[in-house]
Amino acid sequence: MKFFTTFGAYLLLLKGMLTKPENFKMYWKELMHQCVEIGIGSLPIVAIISLFMGAVSAAQTAYQLTNPLVSKSALAQVVRDTVILEFAPTLVCIVLAGVVGSKIAGELGNMRISEQIDALEIMGINTKSYLVMPKILAALITIPLLVVIAAVVGIWGGRIAAGMTGIISTDDYDKGLLENFIVFNVWFALAKAYTFAFIISSIPAFYGYNVKGGALEIGRASTTAVVTSCILILFADYALAAILL
Amino acid sequence: MIELKNIYKAFDDKEILNDISAVFESGKTNLIIGTSGSGKTVLQKCMVGLFEVDSGEIIYDGKPFTLMTQEERKILRQQIGMLFQGSALFDSKTVQANVKFPLDMFTNWDHNKKIKRVNEVLDRVNLNDSNKKFPAEISGGMKKRVGIARAIVLNPKYLFCDEPNSGLDPQTSLVIDILIREITLEYNITTIINTHDMNSVMEIGQNILYLYDGKNEWVGNNKQIIFSKNDKLNKFIFASEFLRDAKDMRMLEEKGIIDNDRNMEDVISDPESNLLMKDNEKREHHPDSE
Ligand SMILES: Nc1ncnc2c1ncn2[C@@H]1O[C@H](COP(=O)(O)OP(=O)(O)OP(=O)(O)O)[C@@H](O)[C@H]1O
Ligand SMILES: [Mg+2]
Repeated sequence: MKFFTTFGAYLLLLKGMLTKPENFKMYWKELMHQCVEIGIGSLPIVAIISLFMGAVSAAQTAYQLTNPLVSKSALAQVVRDTVILEFAPTLVCIVLAGVVGSKIAGELGNMRISEQIDALEIMGINTKSYLVMPKILAALITIPLLVVIAAVVGIWGGRIAAGMTGIISTDDYDKGLLENFIVFNVWFALAKAYTFAFIISSIPAFYGYNVKGGALEIGRASTTAVVTSCILILFADYALAAILL
Repeated sequence: MIELKNIYKAFDDKEILNDISAVFESGKTNLIIGTSGSGKTVLQKCMVGLFEVDSGEIIYDGKPFTLMTQEERKILRQQIGMLFQGSALFDSKTVQANVKFPLDMFTNWDHNKKIKRVNEVLDRVNLNDSNKKFPAEISGGMKKRVGIARAIVLNPKYLFCDEPNSGLDPQTSLVIDILIREITLEYNITTIINTHDMNSVMEIGQNILYLYDGKNEWVGNNKQIIFSKNDKLNKFIFASEFLRDAKDMRMLEEKGIIDNDRNMEDVISDPESNLLMKDNEKREHHPDSE
C-alpha cells in the first residue's frame, strides 16, 4: 500500500516537472550548473574506479586463463566486453548513486527544511521544474558521457595491468581488443547508462524534495534514496539484460 | 485587499485555526499578533497556499485564491513578496544574488539595472556592505533584512512578513518597521505582518488581528489596543510592568492629559498630578473599543 502511494507521489513529481519555464535563461543556467556539479564533480572518482576495475579484471582473467588452447589475446576481449557490458555502466552507476544521489537528496532536502523551496514557490516559480528537471537532464547528459569515459579508462587500465603481469604484450592486447568486437554492446551499455542516469537523479530528487521534519530526516532521506537507487539499478540491469540480450 | 472568510485548519486532529475571518486592507500595515504557537505562521502560510486550508475562503482583491488552479496561483504569486520566519535565504547564493534572484527570474533588465535595484533595496534595509557575503556569514538579524530586501525587490502587491524584526535591536527594528510602513503606503501594498514585538504593534499597528487559541480574539488598531478591555489581549500585550506603565502613559497622551513630547514636567508640577490615578479608575468604565 505504502509502495503505491510513494510510487504515485513519484509520478506526480515527474509530471509536475513538465511545465513551461518561467524564464528559459535561468533554467539553462541551472542546467549548466548541474552538469558541472554532477559531471565534472564525479569525474575523478569515476576515473579512479574504472582504472582499477579494468586492471583488476585483466589480472584476474589472466589468472583464470590457464588453458594453453585459448589464445592470449582473448584476455583483451574478455576485459573489453566485461568493462563495456557490466563494469562501466553498472558499477560506475552504483558508485554514482552514492556520490550524485546523496548530493541531490541532500541539496533538495536542505532546501526543503530551510523553506527555500517554499520561498521559490511563493515567488511564483514551479520548483518541481526549476529544481528537479535540470538535475535529471544534467544526469542524462553527463552520466552516459562518464560511462563512456569509464569504459575507455577501464580498458586502458586493463592494458597497463596486462603489460605489468607480462602475460601478454601490450601489442597483443591492442590486437585482441579489435577481435570480435560487437558494436551492439556499446549501444547496450549506453541504454543502461541512460536508464541508470534517470534512476540516480530522479529517485534522490524525489526523496530530497519531499523531506519532512529536520536535519535528521535529510540524512535519512539521502540514505533511503541511495539504497533505493542501487536496488533499482540492479533490478533494471537484470531487466535490460533479459529484454535486450 | 485580502479577505479571509471562516478559515479552518487542523494538523492531524489538532485544530490550529478555528473560524478565522478578517479583512486586510491595502496601503495599511496589517498585523497578526498572538503568543508563540498561536498559529500566526500557519495562517500566513495558508494565505499564500503553502498549506491548504480545510475550509474557508481566501480572497485576493475579489479573486478567490482557494479556487485557483496551480497555474493561476503561480501568476498571482509573482505579485507576492514574503519574508519567512527563518529568512529562507538561498544558502548557495551570495546576499546580492539572493536579492537579485527575483529580478533574474522575472525581469529582462540588464545587469547594471538589476544591481542598481539590488543596492537600492539593500540600502533601504540598512545593509550596504555585505553584498558578497553568503548567508552563513551574516548574523540572524542581517538575514532577516536580506529576506525583506528580497521580498520587496520586485515591488510586490502583497507583502507577507513573518516576524520581520525578531532578532533585531530596537533601533534597526524601528528602521524596518518604518520602511515597511513607508513602502506599504507608497505602493499601496497589502501588507500582513506577524509579530509579537510591542514596539511594532504601537508603531505600525494600523489594523491588528489578535489570535488566541486559533480564533480571532480581538481586532482593532494601535490606539484602540491601549483602551481594550479584553483580558487575554491585555495579558498578552502588556505582559510586563514596564509595558503596563507605558500603556498608562499612552492612555494619558491619547486623552490629551499629557502632551506627546513625553514631557512629564506639566504632570509632575501639576497640583492635580494624581490625574494618573483618576485615569486608572476611569479606565474601568471605558467602553471597550471592540
Ligand atoms: N507542519 C506542521 N505540522 C503539524 N503541526 C504544525 C505544523 N506547523 C505548525 N504546526 C503547529 O501549529 C501551531 C501553530 O504554529 P505556528 O508556527 O503557526 O505558531 P506561531 O504563532 O507562528 O508561533 P511563533 O510566534 O513561535 O512563530 C503549533 O502548535 C505547531 O505545533
Ligand atoms: Mg511563527
